[in-house]
Amino acid sequence: MRIQIDADLCQMHGVCESEAPEVFVVEKGETVVTVLNFTPDEDQAEAVLAAVEYCPTRAIIIVEEPAGGM
Amino acid sequence: MTDPQAVAIPMVSGGLVDGGHLEELRTDPIGLLERIRSECGDAGRFDLSGRDVTVLSGAGPNEFFFRAPEEVLDQAEAYPFMTPVFGEGVVFDASPERRREMLHNQALRDKFMRGHAATIAREVVEMVADWGDEGEIDLLDWFAELTIYTSSSCLIGRKFRLELDRRFADLYHDLEQGTDALAFVDPYAPIPSFAKRDESRLALVALVQEIMDRREAAGPGPEEDRDLLDVLMSIRAEDGELRFSADEVTGIFISMMFAGHHTTSTTASWMVIELLRHEGAMDLVVAELDALFEDSDDVSYQVLRAMPQMEAALKETLRMHPPLILLLRVAKVDLDVEGRHIAAGEMVGASPWISNRIPEDFPEPDSFDPSRYLAGREEDKLNPWTWIPFGAGRHRCVGASFALMQLKAIFSVVLPSFELSLAQPPESYQADMSKMVIQLEQPVLIRYRRRGT
Repeated sequence: MRIQIDADLCQMHGVCESEAPEVFVVEKGETVVTVLNFTPDEDQAEAVLAAVEYCPTRAIIIVEEPAGGM
Repeated sequence: MTDPQAVAIPMVSGGLVDGGHLEELRTDPIGLLERIRSECGDAGRFDLSGRDVTVLSGAGPNEFFFRAPEEVLDQAEAYPFMTPVFGEGVVFDASPERRREMLHNQALRDKFMRGHAATIAREVVEMVADWGDEGEIDLLDWFAELTIYTSSSCLIGRKFRLELDRRFADLYHDLEQGTDALAFVDPYAPIPSFAKRDESRLALVALVQEIMDRREAAGPGPEEDRDLLDVLMSIRAEDGELRFSADEVTGIFISMMFAGHHTTSTTASWMVIELLRHEGAMDLVVAELDALFEDSDDVSYQVLRAMPQMEAALKETLRMHPPLILLLRVAKVDLDVEGRHIAAGEMVGASPWISNRIPEDFPEPDSFDPSRYLAGREEDKLNPWTWIPFGAGRHRCVGASFALMQLKAIFSVVLPSFELSLAQPPESYQADMSKMVIQLEQPVLIRYRRRGT
């Protein structure tokens, strides 16, 4: 998976950081969430999907990478 | 930047020579907004006493509206009716950047929500403690008082909340009633609701002054009890005097509590009414709560997150009864919205009432149907630019998560213990649209009876 952030929507609530602290950090002085890893590994998938689900502004978008081949 | 081909936006019918559509906005804003949509489509104008206001609706124009930065559509100067409520010098709204910064440091951040859930549940438990086994309440009065306690407790601190009583809630209500749209022309016009607004603000300042005097005499008290008022009172000028007067402190507190107060109390009231006047709707919500709280009555953040029936009912209540019906900005530059021209200086609005009822996005928009949010339909997520009870984009209500959590917490305490029923004919419950802050026409009576009695 690849993570995208809609910067117009992010309000820095920090729900994503609570759900997936290894992927998202809400840093003081910033105006949009900091993504530590835009292509997280499979073991982070559940936490990232929870972050997407519970983000109060729905600012996190997941783009599924094409599986390759085909 | 603007397209020479851009066409003018049509003016809606009606309007008087003197004041344009101001009187209609004051008395029947829904009629005006619905006519704009039916006559002009997704962009139409009305005349607010000599100033043009363009009202946008539909996904495309709304997305433009909600994504526009401050340099294009400015919010700060769009709500002149708030200045006398908050007091001079207290800003209605900070820039999105400042809002994010405040949010980062403040009570609305996710990491504080867990504590707020418990705080709110405790306030509700205390409010129902003197209910007895059965009785009758006015929903709006009851929720308005409760949400004064919950918002002060969560945002300012439990210590301050314990210094408040019913008087504060009543004065606050009079303040909210001082938001007649006439304020767009003259916020100090000699009408009764403005006079009452100014009297009640002074009375609130007097209450806060009493509290500050008591604290000044008693000293700051134990560190673990200190709240935001103690912090504000600890800031001193060079001569040792308080940096913030009671008037300024009151203004800060009014503005902190304002956005979450009438909105939450009105939504909570409509939620009860709609659940009771739609066959089976209350049963679904109560059954979900009974299952969730079968083993423990702990109203925790985690439990509150997983309430699909409750959440769907709240979303549908918000869609049909958005607490704000017209969100406003001022155009700072000439601009085009999908080929239509808006001149710098004009006001531009988006209407949650209108957009939330677009039939293409929300089939059978006038029927209360919580199932439209359940898995498989999710009409709110499918329509992020027209499902807009909290606005959207840059200025989306930063308290939305708090509000939903609070509403769930309130009902998680009340509904498992008490069975509610309407005490008036179902159609007698009506919105009061006479102010920019929309509430309900009172009385809003319901009956309660302890379950199992």
